[in-house]
Amino acid sequence: MRDRDDQNRSGPDFNRRDFLKGSAAAATATAMATQGSEEAVAANLKTNVFAAAAQNVTLNVNGKDHTVKVEPRVTLLHVLRNNLNLTGCKEVDERSADGADTVLIDGKTVLAGSRLAIECEDKKIHTVESLRRGEKVDAVVAGFVKHDAMQCGFCTPGFVVATRAFLDKNPKASLADIQKGLGGNICRCGTYQGITMCALEISKGGK
Amino acid sequence: MAERKVAWKKRADNTLIGGDHQRIDGFEKASGHAKYAADINTAGTLFARLLTFKGGAAVVKSIDIADAEKTPGVRAVEVFNGAGKEVRWDGTIVAAVAADTPEQAEDGVRAIKVTYEAKPHWVDEEDLPGATTSKRTKPLGDNQKGDVAAALKAAKHVHKGYYGIATISHMCLETHGSHCEWDGDDKLKVHLSTQNVSGTGGQFAGPLGIDASNVSITCNYIGGGFGSKFAADEWGVKCAQLSKKAGKPVRLMLDRATELKIGGTRPSGFAEVTIAADAEGNITVWDSHHWGTSGIAGSTISLGQLPYCFDGIPNRNRKATGISTNTGPNRAWRAPPHPQLCAVTDTVIDDLAAKMGANSYDIFMKNLDKTPKPDVYAEEMKIGAKLIDWKAKWHAHGKGGGKSVKRGLGMALHRWGGRAGATTCTVKVHPDGAVETFLGSQDLGTGTRTVIAITLAETFGLGINDVKVNLGNNSYPKANPSGGSITVGGVSGPHRRAGLEALWKIYDLVAAKYKVKADSLSAKGGKILSAGKSVCTWKQACGLLGPMPLEVQGQGPKDDGLTSAGVAGVQMADVSVDIETGIVRINELVAVQDCGLIIDELTARSQVYGGLIMGIAYALSEERVMDKRTGRFINADLENYKLPRIGDIGKLMVHMYQPDSEYERGVVGLGEPPVISTGAAISNAVANATGVRVPVQPLTPQRVLEALKGGQA
Repeated sequence: MRDRDDQNRSGPDFNRRDFLKGSAAAATATAMATQGSEEAVAANLKTNVFAAAAQNVTLNVNGKDHTVKVEPRVTLLHVLRNNLNLTGCKEVDERSADGADTVLIDGKTVLAGSRLAIECEDKKIHTVESLRRGEKVDAVVAGFVKHDAMQCGFCTPGFVVATRAFLDKNPKASLADIQKGLGGNICRCGTYQGITMCALEISKGGK
Repeated sequence: MAERKVAWKKRADNTLIGGDHQRIDGFEKASGHAKYAADINTAGTLFARLLTFKGGAAVVKSIDIADAEKTPGVRAVEVFNGAGKEVRWDGTIVAAVAADTPEQAEDGVRAIKVTYEAKPHWVDEEDLPGATTSKRTKPLGDNQKGDVAAALKAAKHVHKGYYGIATISHMCLETHGSHCEWDGDDKLKVHLSTQNVSGTGGQFAGPLGIDASNVSITCNYIGGGFGSKFAADEWGVKCAQLSKKAGKPVRLMLDRATELKIGGTRPSGFAEVTIAADAEGNITVWDSHHWGTSGIAGSTISLGQLPYCFDGIPNRNRKATGISTNTGPNRAWRAPPHPQLCAVTDTVIDDLAAKMGANSYDIFMKNLDKTPKPDVYAEEMKIGAKLIDWKAKWHAHGKGGGKSVKRGLGMALHRWGGRAGATTCTVKVHPDGAVETFLGSQDLGTGTRTVIAITLAETFGLGINDVKVNLGNNSYPKANPSGGSITVGGVSGPHRRAGLEALWKIYDLVAAKYKVKADSLSAKGGKILSAGKSVCTWKQACGLLGPMPLEVQGQGPKDDGLTSAGVAGVQMADVSVDIETGIVRINELVAVQDCGLIIDELTARSQVYGGLIMGIAYALSEERVMDKRTGRFINADLENYKLPRIGDIGKLMVHMYQPDSEYERGVVGLGEPPVISTGAAISNAVANATGVRVPVQPLTPQRVLEALKGGQA
C-alpha cells in the first residue's frame, strides 16, 4: 500500500492527524530514528510536512502510472530524468529560470525543476516525449523542424512544450502575443527566429 | 573516356545542394528523444556534485572528507585541490562527490569540511591604473607602421575616444561534463559533451594510465559549445576516477554557476584610440593602446589584428597590455577574438564619421580599399542598405528625433577564414543500395549530419533520408574538432570525393553490364541514366557490387576546389534608445553574409540568425560581473546573467550573398562570422540615435545612462 493514499498534501486541508499517519507509516517502513523530532516540528506547522525518508510515489506520466521510491525533497525533474529516463526535459539552471524543464501538468505548463515529485501524484503529467510517438507527430514538433527552430537542441524540447501549451491557450496568437507568451524560455544558440515563425504559422498570424 | 574530375556539380544541375532542407535529426531533438551526455542513465549511474571555492584567491589549509564518505548514498569522493593547493579564481573545483542520487551527492558536498587561507586577489578587468599599481599588468607588445605623428599633423579630421567590451561566458545550456563507465580495469566508455570527438580519448587515457585505444568517446548530441568544449577537462578525468572508485558509472556535469565561472570566457578588451582622416574621409591614422584580461594568464585581444579589417590604414601605432585577474580562464569563444576587435574598431570609424558630420555608410564605403575584400563588402553594403532602408532612415548623429525615445542606424563589417578542417570518412554503399558513412565528427547544431547526407544524396541521386550518417564516436575515422567554422568544409569535401569515387566504380559496373558508355552516365532520382535515359535503378546498380559493400575513404582538405576560405560580411542595426531608462530596443537587424557554396540554405540561415541573436546578447545585456571585494562572479546564474528572450530580438533580416562567383569558390565555413559585427553595428546605432558613444559593451541601461550624463562622445 502506498503511504499517502488517502491524503491531500497540496492544500490547507492537511492536518496533524494525516501527518502522523503518513509519518508513522514511513517510520515503520524505514525505522526512522528522527520520528519524534519530526512530529514535534509538524505540531507547529500547518503546511506540508513529510518524513525525509524515501517513499513510494506514483506519477501518471504520458498516460501511464509509474511508481518510484524517492525522497520527498526530490523534484519532478529529477524523477522524470533520472528514474523514468524521460530526458527531454533538461536541467539547465537550478533556479529554473530558463524553461528547459517545462512539462505539462493537467494541461498547464510547469517547470519540473521547481515542483517536488510528491506534489504531482494524482495529476496528469505530460512530457515532450508524448508529442511524438512513432509516426504520430504533434504540429509544434513538426513546425520546429520545418522552420529549423533549433541548433544544439538543448532548449528545444522545453520550448516545444511551452509553445504547444501557449498555442492551445492562444490559438490565434499574434506576433506580439508570441513574443510575450514564450518569454519564459531561454535559448543560447539564438533560435528565436524559427520558433517565432513556427508559432506564427500555427496561429495563422493571429488572424 | 573523358577524364574524371572531382568537382561540385554545375550549380543549375543540383537537385538538393543550395536548397532549404530540414535537418535530419530535427525530430529527435524537437521531441526530446536526442540523448546528450547529460542524459545518459545507464543502470546504476551515480550523480556527482561539486564543492567549489567561492572567492578570489586562497590556499586550501585543510580538507576533511571523512563525513562526506560516510554520508548515506555517497559512493566516492575525489579531491581536486587538497591542503596546500592554491585556488586562484571563483568557482575552482575543490572536490566532487558521487552518490546514488543528486540530493545525496549534495548532502555529501555539505559534509566536506574545508578551510582556506585568503590571498590577495584582483578581478577588475577595466581599471588599468589600478591594475598597474597592483602589479597585475604586463606588456603584450607594440608596433608601428608609417609615420603617425606626421600623418596626424597632416590630417583634416582627428578623433580620440575610449572603447571596450566586457568579458562574457560561453554559458552552454548543457554544461560541460561527461558520463563515465568502466568495462573492467582498463577500458573506459565516456559520453562526453564535446566539440572534439576524435581528439579527446588520449586526454582521458594519459592521466588515467590506460591506453588511448581503450577509451571510447561518444557524443551524439552536444548542448552548446561555442569554442569551450575541446578538452576532456580535469573534471572529465575525475569523473572517470570517481566511477572507478565507486565501481559504478558516474555522470558529472558542472552546475550552472560553475559552468559560468570556469567553463570558458571570452577575453575583454578596452582601448584608447586615436583615428584621423583626410578631407575626403580617407582614414590615414590609427593609434591604439588596448588592455583587458583572459584570466590569470593576463592576455587580451590580439595586437596583430587591429584595426580590424582595415589593415590598409597607412600609419599605425598599436600597443597592448594584459591584466592578470583572478577569474576563470578564457576559452575560444565563437570567432575569437573578432567580435572584440570589431567592437573597438568599427565604433571608432563611426565616431570619426560623426565628427566629420558624414553619413557613416559613406565613410565605411570610402575606406573599403583598406580591407581584404573591397568588392564583396561594397556589394554586401548595398544589399544591406536596401534591406534596412538606410538612405531613407539615415539622419546625422544625435538627431534621433523623439522626446524620450531616439532612433538610430549603425553598421559594421567583419571577416573570417573558414577553411576546411582535416577529416577522413568511410563511405559504404551496400549491395542493396543502402548508403552510410562513418566519421568521428560531431554535430554542434550547425547541421553537420544534414550537410553530409545532402552531399552524398546529391552525388548518388538519392533522397536525403536514404543516407545514414554515423558520427559522434572516436572509433570512426578521424575528423576535425568543430571550432573555427571548419566543419562543413571539413566534412563536405571528403564526402563529395568519396561519393564520386564510389559512383565512378558503380558507373563502370553499369557500363559493362548494360553496354553503355560510363562517361554518359548520371545518377538522379534513384536511377542511373545514360544520356538522360534510365538504364537501371540505383538498387540494381548497387546489386552489381556482389556480396560485399563498396567501401571508399574520403579525405580532405585537398586543393581541388571543393572548399576554400575567407568570407566578408556586413551587418546593420536600427535601434530605439529610451534616454530616460537607458533601455535599448532592437527594431531591425540586417545581416548580409557570403560563405561560398551553400549546401543547406535553411541551416545556413539559422547560423546567421543565431549569430545576430548572440550578438544582441553581448551587445546589450550579457557580461560577467565580478565583485571587487569578494572576488566573486556575482551573476553566475540564468536570472542575473542576462540573455535576450524571444521578444528582445526585433525584426531580423538575413541575406545569404550567393552570386555564382560565391558558388564557384566551393564550401567555406559560416559558424563564426555572423556573430562578429553585431555588437559594433548596434553600438553605432545607439551612438547615431543619441549622439553619444556608450563606450563599453554590453550597452546596459546603466552604461547608457552614464554615457548620456557625460554628454558628447
